[in-house]
Amino acid sequence: MRIRLTSVFVDDQAKALRFYTEILGFAVKHDVPMGGEHRWLTVTSADEPDGTELLLEPAGHPAVKPYRDALVQDGIPLAQFAVDDVHAEYERLRALGVRFTQEPLEMGPVTTAVLDDTCGNLIQIATLPG
Amino acid sequence: MADDELFKALGDPTRRLILDELVEKSGQTLFEICSRLSMKHRLGISRQGVSQHLAVLEAAGLVESRREGRYKFHDLNTAPLRRITERWPAPGGSEAKENTP
Repeated sequence: MRIRLTSVFVDDQAKALRFYTEILGFAVKHDVPMGGEHRWLTVTSADEPDGTELLLEPAGHPAVKPYRDALVQDGIPLAQFAVDDVHAEYERLRALGVRFTQEPLEMGPVTTAVLDDTCGNLIQIATLPG
Repeated sequence: MADDELFKALGDPTRRLILDELVEKSGQTLFEICSRLSMKHRLGISRQGVSQHLAVLEAAGLVESRREGRYKFHDLNTAPLRRITERWPAPGGSEAKENTP
C-alpha cells in the first residue's frame, strides 16, 4: 500500500492554486475540468513531480466548515509539509505576507511552524531529523 | 476567593509548566501549547486535559484568551502574582532590587 494522493479542502480552487504554486512553490500535476465549476486539481512538490499528489478539493460539503473552523480556532494544522529549513521558509513566506499562527519552534530534533493557507486550513511545515 | 483560584491554579505542575512556556512566548494556540507539553516535556496529556488546565489558569487571571480572526491565542498575565509579593514581601523590599542596574 502506498500513499499517492492526499487532499485538503479549499474554499476556492483558483485562489488555492495561486497560493499553493506561487507562494508555497508546489507544481501543478493535474488540472482537469470536472463539469460545472470544479476541477480535479492536484499539485506535487516541484522537486518531485512523480511524488505524492495533493488534491485541492472544493470545500462545498456542509460538514467542512464547522470541522475546519473548530480546528483552526485551536490552531490545529490539517496537513504537514517537509522543508529543509523551517526558519528560512518562515522568513521567506513571511516576506510574502503569509500569516503564521505558530512561529518556528524547536522541539528536540523537530522544528515546526504553522501557517494559514488562506483557503481555510492551517498547514504545518516541519524539518525532521535525517 | 480570588486568592483561592490563584493558589489552586499554581498548585499543579502541569499548569506551572504551561506558564513557563507562555513566559517563553506569549500568544500561543492550544495546538502550540499541546505540542510544547508533549514534544518538549514528554507529557502524555490529552488536548481536553490541556483545555481544562487553561480554564483553571484563566479563572485565576493568569492566562487570557483572545480571538483574532479565526484563531484563538492564549496570553500570559502575571499581574495576579503581584498579590503574593504584596502580601508577603521579599526580604530587602522590591524597590531596592528594582534600583539595582
